[in-house]
Amino acid sequence: MTEETRKQSNARLVAKLMVAVVAMFVFAVGILPPMYDAICDITGLNGKTASEAADTSGAQPDAERTVTIQFLADTDPDMVWDFKPNVFSVKVHPGEIRQVDFHVRNPSQRVIVGQAIPSVSPGQASPYFKKTECFCFNNQELAGGQEADLPLIFYVDPELPKSVTTITLSYQLYDITGADAEDPELAANY
Amino acid sequence: MGEHHGPMKGVKRWILATNHKDIGAMYLWFSFIMFLTGGFLAMIIRAELMYPGLQLVDPNFFNQMTTTHGLIMVFGAVMPAFVGLANYMVPLMIGAPDMALPRLNNWSFWILPFAFSLLIIAIIQSFLGIADAPNFGWTFYAPLSTKYGPASTDFFIFSVHLMGISSIMGAVNVIVTIFNLRAPGMTLMKMPLFVWTWLITAFLLIAVMPVLAGAVTMMLTDRHFGTSFFDAAGGGDPVLFQHIFWFFGHPEVYIMILPAFGIVSAIIPTFARKPLFGYASMVYATASIAFLSFVVWAHHMFTVGLPLAGNLFYMYMTMLIAVPTGVKVFNWVATMWRGSISFEVPMMFAIAFVILFTIGGFSGLMLAITPVDQQYHDTYFVVAHFHYVLVSGAVFSIIAGVYYWLPKWTGRMYNVGLAKLHFWSSLIFVNLLFFPMHFVGLAGMPRRYSDYSLQFADFNWWISIGGFGFGLSQLILLWILIDICFRKKGEAVSDQVWDGADGLEWTLPSPAPYHSFSTPPVVK
Repeated sequence: MTEETRKQSNARLVAKLMVAVVAMFVFAVGILPPMYDAICDITGLNGKTASEAADTSGAQPDAERTVTIQFLADTDPDMVWDFKPNVFSVKVHPGEIRQVDFHVRNPSQRVIVGQAIPSVSPGQASPYFKKTECFCFNNQELAGGQEADLPLIFYVDPELPKSVTTITLSYQLYDITGADAEDPELAANY
Repeated sequence: MGEHHGPMKGVKRWILATNHKDIGAMYLWFSFIMFLTGGFLAMIIRAELMYPGLQLVDPNFFNQMTTTHGLIMVFGAVMPAFVGLANYMVPLMIGAPDMALPRLNNWSFWILPFAFSLLIIAIIQSFLGIADAPNFGWTFYAPLSTKYGPASTDFFIFSVHLMGISSIMGAVNVIVTIFNLRAPGMTLMKMPLFVWTWLITAFLLIAVMPVLAGAVTMMLTDRHFGTSFFDAAGGGDPVLFQHIFWFFGHPEVYIMILPAFGIVSAIIPTFARKPLFGYASMVYATASIAFLSFVVWAHHMFTVGLPLAGNLFYMYMTMLIAVPTGVKVFNWVATMWRGSISFEVPMMFAIAFVILFTIGGFSGLMLAITPVDQQYHDTYFVVAHFHYVLVSGAVFSIIAGVYYWLPKWTGRMYNVGLAKLHFWSSLIFVNLLFFPMHFVGLAGMPRRYSDYSLQFADFNWWISIGGFGFGLSQLILLWILIDICFRKKGEAVSDQVWDGADGLEWTLPSPAPYHSFSTPPVVK
């Protein structure tokens, strides 16, 4: 191999390897996160629940079976609201529609916008946990000192695997005041 | 050709270095300095853990020590040491005059001091009490490193970017050198195993270092630019961080062990005076391990709540890695079988590597079993496991390689008596240091805490003694290297150096001339 052809073949190989490097970077930043979200949405892995209201038609209560639903309400360290469920657990028959309320209070002097993020455990139950109405579908705004009861209306799909007898629904409440103004696109994700 | 020009004079020789031997030497010294730095941080960790309760440091500072110890050892000590050995040895082993891209080579080395300066500035600030160093563990899980990370996390992010660029450039150089600069007749299946393992390692680096760069870039935008890749408040998920990190992280652990396999596969045949048993199977086993490394990452995440099918898949795939690894261990043993073995220092380290690495492999198999991992996860059992494979595995192989090739590099034999002392003290103390960690781990002592329950006290005292002993033993190596490299002590060696050694590097004079194989040798 002459010096010139060797230089050319080095350059070609370097170019191919750099394409691989760029492709792997794009894969990590641009492809993996949406792919992960899509997989979680489809399978309910990681306790992600649907972010839109479920259809209530066709839910036939199954009186033979009882499932315990537990509620957790936590706030992010940056969030000053008091946040707790009015009941900590309920027993429901699959298919039965129930409402539970979560109590929030803004102890501060200013208007704060909150956003609750739900998570269901065990993850395999999350596709079967149907919310027909949830305060987590929208953000919530409370004036200073204001309190509210936020409703959650849900039912458990009778198709829920037999092995699941207890479902835990956890909410984490975040302070997103100003997020709408700063970045409408980001706010639209909530 | 001959010696028409030698190295440049003075400091310019090193700053403008394009010679693979100069750059290899700089990599190795850099790595050794980082090894001593990371070791110093480990001494602080062991001093604090010698007795229960808080004696010397506060918990936040302790966390900074474990974090930066891990980062410096992985990215500053082990990886640059292998790149240094590749720089020095790959051209000599394949009959090339130099690396294919010498200027790129210069750059990929000289980025490293800047990368680690960023990290070390953060540590110095912490020692001076000005600001916290990164304190979230070397795995920098979100949200510890995003939402809760100290300000110096940004130093860490750019440090990782720079070391990633350096590693990628190094890997590109190795691949181009091996593909384009082999001597006539040096077919792929005639390449020494160190060259093979480095070729495969280089491909792993190209595949996963950009993923690491992506992970820290996403951290950066989460911290400062309002994205929510890992923040549940914005629709992201911290578990995604773990997936991305370990998609990089598991191939990374093979990046740190495959070249070690290559070094040991060079040393054992030399001192057993038999050709390597099962050369082709060694090549295929290395490739299999590299391939499997991409489908086992979630075995680091058995406790995050993966579905059953996922846990089973990652468990079986992980256990499957034991098969090609077992092929390698049996091949080394079969190479020694009925060999005419002599126990020179490199061989002693290589045999210790085979035994101790296998112990680390066994504890890895235990950790691979999902149900028991629920108990072992994040305990000292894990710490024992990865230190057996990284210290008595990767680091021992690097030391073995240095003792093996040092006479070829310098033309002189190092102080063998001191080297044997270094071996025995390292061997004894490394086991005193890491073996009891299995016991305290199984008994439930969690990792990454500055304190522990009283029942772990006696074992931890012994572990700390082992730690101090192992740390001090490495000063013997420092002295041996100063003695031979700077004080120019030691008897001149022959070109062959070791009577059983085989390979192109031993056909060169000792020390290997500044320009070697300017005319390619012909390999039969």
